[in-house]
Amino acid sequence: MTQREALQQQAEQRQQVLDAFSHHLLVCAGLGCLHNDEIIKALRKEIAAQGLEQQILVRKAGCMGLCALGPLVLVLPDAVYYQTVTPQDAGEIVAALGKEPVQRLLLPADLPFFSKQQKKVLALSGRIDPENIDDYLAAGGYASAVNAITAMSPPEILRIVGESGLRGRGGAGYPTGLKWATVAQAAGERKYLICNADEGDPGAFMDRSVLESTPHAVLEGMLIAAYAVGAHTGFIYVRAEYPLAVKRLQLAIREAERNRLLGQGVCGTSFDFTVQLRLGAGAFVCGEETALIESIEGRRGTPRPKPPYPAENGLWGSPTLINNVETYANIPLIIARGAAWFAAQGTEQSKGTKVFALTGRIKHAGLVEVPMGMTLREIVFEIGGGIPDGHAFKAVQTGGPSGGCIPAEHLDAPISYESLSALGSIMGSGGMIVMDDTSNMVDIVKYFMEFCMEESCGKCVPCRVGTAQIHSLLQKFCDRQASADDLAALETLCDLVKTTSLCGLGQSAPNPVLSTLKYFRQEYLDRMADPSGPHQEGQL
Amino acid sequence: MTPIPPHPPETAQTLNLTINGRQVSAQAGETILEAARANDIFIPTLCFLEGLSAQGSCRLCMVEIAGSAKLHPACVTRIQEGMEVTTETERLRDYRRNIIELLFSERNHVCAVCVASGHCELQDLASELGVDHISFPCRYPTLAVDASHRRFVLDHNRCILCTRCVRVCAEIEGAHTWDVKNRGIRSLIMADFDAPWGDSETCTGCGKCVHVCPTGALFEKGLAVAEMRKQRPALPTLVANRATEQR
Repeated sequence: MTQREALQQQAEQRQQVLDAFSHHLLVCAGLGCLHNDEIIKALRKEIAAQGLEQQILVRKAGCMGLCALGPLVLVLPDAVYYQTVTPQDAGEIVAALGKEPVQRLLLPADLPFFSKQQKKVLALSGRIDPENIDDYLAAGGYASAVNAITAMSPPEILRIVGESGLRGRGGAGYPTGLKWATVAQAAGERKYLICNADEGDPGAFMDRSVLESTPHAVLEGMLIAAYAVGAHTGFIYVRAEYPLAVKRLQLAIREAERNRLLGQGVCGTSFDFTVQLRLGAGAFVCGEETALIESIEGRRGTPRPKPPYPAENGLWGSPTLINNVETYANIPLIIARGAAWFAAQGTEQSKGTKVFALTGRIKHAGLVEVPMGMTLREIVFEIGGGIPDGHAFKAVQTGGPSGGCIPAEHLDAPISYESLSALGSIMGSGGMIVMDDTSNMVDIVKYFMEFCMEESCGKCVPCRVGTAQIHSLLQKFCDRQASADDLAALETLCDLVKTTSLCGLGQSAPNPVLSTLKYFRQEYLDRMADPSGPHQEGQL
Repeated sequence: MTPIPPHPPETAQTLNLTINGRQVSAQAGETILEAARANDIFIPTLCFLEGLSAQGSCRLCMVEIAGSAKLHPACVTRIQEGMEVTTETERLRDYRRNIIELLFSERNHVCAVCVASGHCELQDLASELGVDHISFPCRYPTLAVDASHRRFVLDHNRCILCTRCVRVCAEIEGAHTWDVKNRGIRSLIMADFDAPWGDSETCTGCGKCVHVCPTGALFEKGLAVAEMRKQRPALPTLVANRATEQR
């Protein structure tokens, strides 16, 4: 029996086990959903008490997305969602199986939060047990990797990824196919693969959720990438602040190795690929690819000047492919369904879907996946359910501390790399923070600048000193001590830091200030020492 | 601090480019800074020092390249055939002045009471670029002076974090006594694992760090204002000799 057939058999066996139960209760078991262990225990106890162990299966699952109403419990095959479940609800939930659902806990079936989303990367998130490789196999997992490695040539894979139009989901949006081709063509015996899981934007949890919910999808994407570019060693650089993601990745790597999907002779071929974890100590700058590489090499996490780019001269001087978690998670889908399927979604320049962490002053905060091209209005008001407590929408911040604040007049802008950049923001890795009329933009911007100042590595002068000076100036606005000269100095410094900083952290740190100076300038003017006095802006 | 790979002399191929409209030629693999200096074209630098790895961190050597909207650090950007480089524009001068001003605002740079006054690269560049005042409020942090070493002093108040000392110690002396602790605006040069310099177990007392330091942050004990003259060790010669020995 070949490895392929063995995996197939394993998947079928698992499916038979799953099919033997009349009902499945899936419990959201992400890091953010508290008490999920107790809920699982309570459900199992209840089922045991009623002697229904052979009919009802309780499984832990990854993130179901609607974090604001979590923990969620999904009942299959009925596809009924229960919200804000507590261990005390176990009795009612079990009693209602096969009958009318518990109205008190029921989420409306037609909630736009679910119906407006198009889950591709997150399709299995919340549907399978992330700690069981057989669950992933039964859902068709690793079929793409096995197919790629046993039946496809590296150039064929490079062509498909290139044609799909996939762009880097870490934020900058560099064409993935182009990056892969550069690494594949780069001279050098030894090549490395890195998965950047150092998600650090405040309010962002896309990568954490993907790693916690479908760790095998990320490994599968890495495996396909490694085969395509000719790398034999891969690293996942994940923050130590994500203990559950780390634990599930460790388990996933062990299980994949045991099933000969990683290690020596993958799938019975001569292709070797090993994956190791590297834990980051929480420095935001280590999400910058060259700083991340320095950190893996055992040095201080500070960025290197580019060029040379990692694709040519990366880890230990070797050609290195470095992609984000979500980018890798897209790969098995593209290989399974083809470039055209992927490219059919999205806009002209931005294809596919994007996962966002929707947070802030919004009813349905959580993890969402939408096709590129969807408007901000649809995301905020339909999927997100709008602003709570009767407040008015004010701005949405995309891209975390590197992004900009987009005001209400641009709510109909479609989500794409180009349109967000044209609005003075960035796609970023997918953080989306909604603000209402209770937020003051100068306070918000000061918070983000403080973050950048604290997280600047200190290597280059503009970022190290510039962010500190910008922060002091913003403090003056908050204290109503600022003058027209301070406003001018703020603009000068933002331009300097953006233009001359060494890496992306400094180059994008002024974005929150610049975008709010553009869209909410009056709030700065209102906070000057004497807004009606002689220092009017026109007299600068 | 990864050294940019040394350019192989075997592939010496001459490339033609223009710098400030002047046609110059240089060897493939050379940086814009090397090509400019070989042709007596001045580009300001602070973190760069010939003989040490270049790291492009002071951002003073940023130049414009035709066809690119970005600015490029001359010390780490390799020349290309037909490249059109501009090293002096009003925009570049403004940025450079602002960077010098930021450095002056960061710590306590009081030339009037500094041992290196008159022999300081920061002071020289300020004068060269016409920085006659500091537009940003000075931060005046409270920083220690480490006088624990028998012969030398480290004064954090004058340090601009160029890391020449770190690099010369690691790359030339091979001791790697110095490194940077903390991050961002709180970064500080430290000896060993943050020991007083005098207690360092790795410092050989060679003094190279003192002499590559562009300011009065590292100086010899017993000197008064304006008395610390830095003698740059002959780093390029040292590096070249070592390369010959190793061959």
